[in-house]
Amino acid sequence: MRKQTHSASTEINKNTEGLHNNVVKMVNTASKESVNVTVLVSVGEHPLSKRPRRAEQDARAIEIGLNLPGTQLHVMHAGAADNVQTNTVLKDYLGMGLPEIQVLNIPQEADNLTALTSNFTDSNPDIILTGIRAENGESSGMLPYVLSEQLGMALVPSITEILSVDKKAGFAELLQALPRGQRRKVRVKLPFVATVDMAAKAPRQSAFGAAMRGKITVVDAIATATTNNANTEWKITPAQPRPKRLKVVKAKTAADRFKAATAKAQGGAGKVIYNNQEAADAILKMLTDEKVL
Amino acid sequence: MFADDFLPSVLFVLLLVSVLLTLVGAGRRVRLWRQGQASTVHWAGLLSIPRRYLVDLHHVVASDKYISNTHVATAGGFVLTTILVLSIYLFGISGPVLNYALLASSALMFIGAVFVFLRRRNPPPNLSKGPWSRLPYSLLTYASSFFILSLPATGLLPTNTGGWLLAVVLLIGITWGVGEMYLGMAWGGPMKHAFAGALHLGFHRRQERFGGGRSTGLKSINLESIHLETGKLGVEKPEDFKWNQLLSFDACVECGRCEKACPAFAAGQPLNPKKLIQDMVVGMAGGSDAQFAGSPYPGVQAGTHKGGAIIPIVNVLVPSETVWSCTTCRACVQECPMMIEHVDAIVDMRRFETLEKGQTPGKGAELLENLKTTDNPNGYAPNSRMNWAADQNLPIFGQQVEQADVLLWIGDAAFDMRNQRTLRAMVSLLRAANVDFAVLGDSECDSGDPARRLGDEATFQRLAKTNIATMAQYKFKHIVTADPHAFHCLKNEYGDFGGNYDVYHHTGFFAELVKSQKLSLSTDKALSLTYHDPCYLGRYNGEYDAPRYLLEAMGISIKEMERSKTKARCCGGGGGAPITDIPGTQRIPDMRMEDAKATKADIIAVGCPQCSLMLEGVVEPRPQVKDIAELMLDALVLDTQTLDAQILGKQVLEEETAVDTKLSAVNLEPTAAKVVNVKVSHKITSTADV
Ligand code: SF4
Ligand code: SF4
Repeated sequence: MRKQTHSASTEINKNTEGLHNNVVKMVNTASKESVNVTVLVSVGEHPLSKRPRRAEQDARAIEIGLNLPGTQLHVMHAGAADNVQTNTVLKDYLGMGLPEIQVLNIPQEADNLTALTSNFTDSNPDIILTGIRAENGESSGMLPYVLSEQLGMALVPSITEILSVDKKAGFAELLQALPRGQRRKVRVKLPFVATVDMAAKAPRQSAFGAAMRGKITVVDAIATATTNNANTEWKITPAQPRPKRLKVVKAKTAADRFKAATAKAQGGAGKVIYNNQEAADAILKMLTDEKVL
Repeated sequence: MFADDFLPSVLFVLLLVSVLLTLVGAGRRVRLWRQGQASTVHWAGLLSIPRRYLVDLHHVVASDKYISNTHVATAGGFVLTTILVLSIYLFGISGPVLNYALLASSALMFIGAVFVFLRRRNPPPNLSKGPWSRLPYSLLTYASSFFILSLPATGLLPTNTGGWLLAVVLLIGITWGVGEMYLGMAWGGPMKHAFAGALHLGFHRRQERFGGGRSTGLKSINLESIHLETGKLGVEKPEDFKWNQLLSFDACVECGRCEKACPAFAAGQPLNPKKLIQDMVVGMAGGSDAQFAGSPYPGVQAGTHKGGAIIPIVNVLVPSETVWSCTTCRACVQECPMMIEHVDAIVDMRRFETLEKGQTPGKGAELLENLKTTDNPNGYAPNSRMNWAADQNLPIFGQQVEQADVLLWIGDAAFDMRNQRTLRAMVSLLRAANVDFAVLGDSECDSGDPARRLGDEATFQRLAKTNIATMAQYKFKHIVTADPHAFHCLKNEYGDFGGNYDVYHHTGFFAELVKSQKLSLSTDKALSLTYHDPCYLGRYNGEYDAPRYLLEAMGISIKEMERSKTKARCCGGGGGAPITDIPGTQRIPDMRMEDAKATKADIIAVGCPQCSLMLEGVVEPRPQVKDIAELMLDALVLDTQTLDAQILGKQVLEEETAVDTKLSAVNLEPTAAKVVNVKVSHKITSTADV
């Protein structure tokens, strides 16, 4: 969290510059006034059949975009163009009622981040929405973080809703998902990157007619070969579910058990450490306590 | 004397004007129909109209003898009278023969009209009021006026009887009669049904239905050739129907037989097939449903819905819940004397909702998504499709065999514990009859039935084409399945995509095995049992006898429900209705269970996995629900030959066991247990979980 706020505040200069640009452009075209929302979509994978599909979080991100009034919604996919499987999935996204999806044409082995960054520096989106992590492949969930850092935007993880966007004031109000169905309202400066949580509104049905009518536009991108060649040798296996921690409920009565089951997780034990050495020690102690080391 | 000259000349003018006006009206009506989309024009059908009226239409009407006789008298009398009246008074062809003929025909019509009148004194709620209540009087007036008119002409009464008074009365009567009968026919009165109905019989979209044929498969959309920029998928507005569908709507006589048969209407869901058809007429001709004089959609106030040829139907003229309440049971189509295709119209509108708007209600969207990603409606892992048969050693196409006599189509019952019992019973029966069969295993996909009924033609076609391609790799003579929905798709709907097969429902196949004595059933079970006809087996495929034959072969005398065979009430499970789940005042399966309880039977035999689920979902106490395959396995008698074969088979297997002891030992257990059983009593005594 600290890192994100940090990046957002340090890049303020760049942002105002961007805003300034917008103001200048606004004079020329009224449409520039509207909020530019860009949703990054990936090719998902059904957990049981392993078939490509709309990624669940990405589809929710589109749903959020479609429900925002007065915005310009762009949907973008970064990956190899003219791939049959990819196109079927992109059509599924189009079926939600989108006129167009842009494909940043990036060969399989190339790094899509550089292409995305350069694309976004040109197009200046106000809001970039992505899923939390991809449904296949590396699935590290790093892309939104790295992207926000490179673009100098704030990152809000796990949102469920965009409540309002005030482009003039340069702020947006978001709802963020917390454990146990809780929500937190956050106010964030435009532009920003947000990842969409599974708790967001389920995506609308993909209609075949709209899917067939929607256009897939290929945009050529300057792709640089990925710096990390190792991943070509990686062997991908299904993730193992993390073992659940046993919860010892000492409650004697039904009411106590009910409380234990419904009470929200209380942090409480955390403390703020500023000294690097102390922080490292605390982490090491925790890891040994948990028998990780 | 004066009145005598005066009447014919006035009549001439009157008839001339009304015939001309009728022709103008008819032209306008034809224009309304032509707003629809192009469809094959079956000109030859026009020649068959009389035969179709007398044979096919009356075949349906005849289930109510009263009204069929009444209609023959009235309609026959009317047509004859009209021809004679026009010849005599318009074309001036006269002669005593014609006059006597007119006398007779108008008398005939009068008798018919009297019966119409009697029927209409206390009309049941399914009949429309409004202009339809006026019709018997108009019929009586028309018939009696011409009867009285021809009395002097035949010389039975002296000319000039009644003088001016009668002449004026007759003139008024004839004007009324001619107005209702001729003008009403072309300008949208109740008599419209005669004009539109006759043409509809000729131009019917499913010509195969006449002459005892059957045509129940949905019409497919050619997804490859459709221009998506200009064309649209499914029906949004009345003008998107085919022209002959629009014509068919105009043929409706508002008899309400469809309403009486409709399970969704009875369950208080917002659907009345009769009003739906009338709403389509409103949409085609423009206006509102305020004129409708029948029962409304349950729970929906009628009178405020406007329609027009270029106004969207769903949610303007017709609530979307109406379109989604239908179980596609075809009871309305079966009952409709005018042979109107309600299900086609409903699915056409659903197609637009799903394919263009993406608004399949309830769990519809989820089901369609599951079909896309896993090929089964519930989203189970495709490679778990054969898990139910882990202990069955089924030969699988492409693994153990490349050809077999029978391809056993498993269907989505594979994923359902209740219906797995039926599947196991079916496998045991096939083995007992030494049938050479194999299954497709994990490469079988859902037949596409739920997708198609929910309007997702694209998913249906993908599934159909995938299944056809899979089956093309293997050689087999027949397909056998326990699922009437898959049966219907494979038999009637895959043909459009190049899949033509010899498909049996398991009851049909087993009936042949029993007839040829490959299976013998004990007759000592005195079960108190009733049989529920699945819609997709009965009305869709005309199979009413095989299940009954099998039950009787077990010595059971079926306690038939009041609604059985063609009139059977749906279990509520078809057409994706459990998925869209439109609320009503009661549940369809509960009503069906009441039907069954009324027979006092202990068991309700079914032949469909969907029916099993819907009926078993009814709270106890209720009759037990058993598939015919399960009942048959209970009653199966193994003769010594089969027994030897089985034991022999067991020995062969035992030799294999030596090689792979651990593996086949597990697999063998059920077989071994069965054979022990047989040795004791020469028949299998329990199906519980063989
Ligand atoms: S098919 Fe069945 S449920 Fe649908 S309208 Fe006709 S009778 Fe009613
Ligand atoms: S649709 Fe057919 S069954 Fe229904 S009211 Fe009209 S004519 Fe009668």
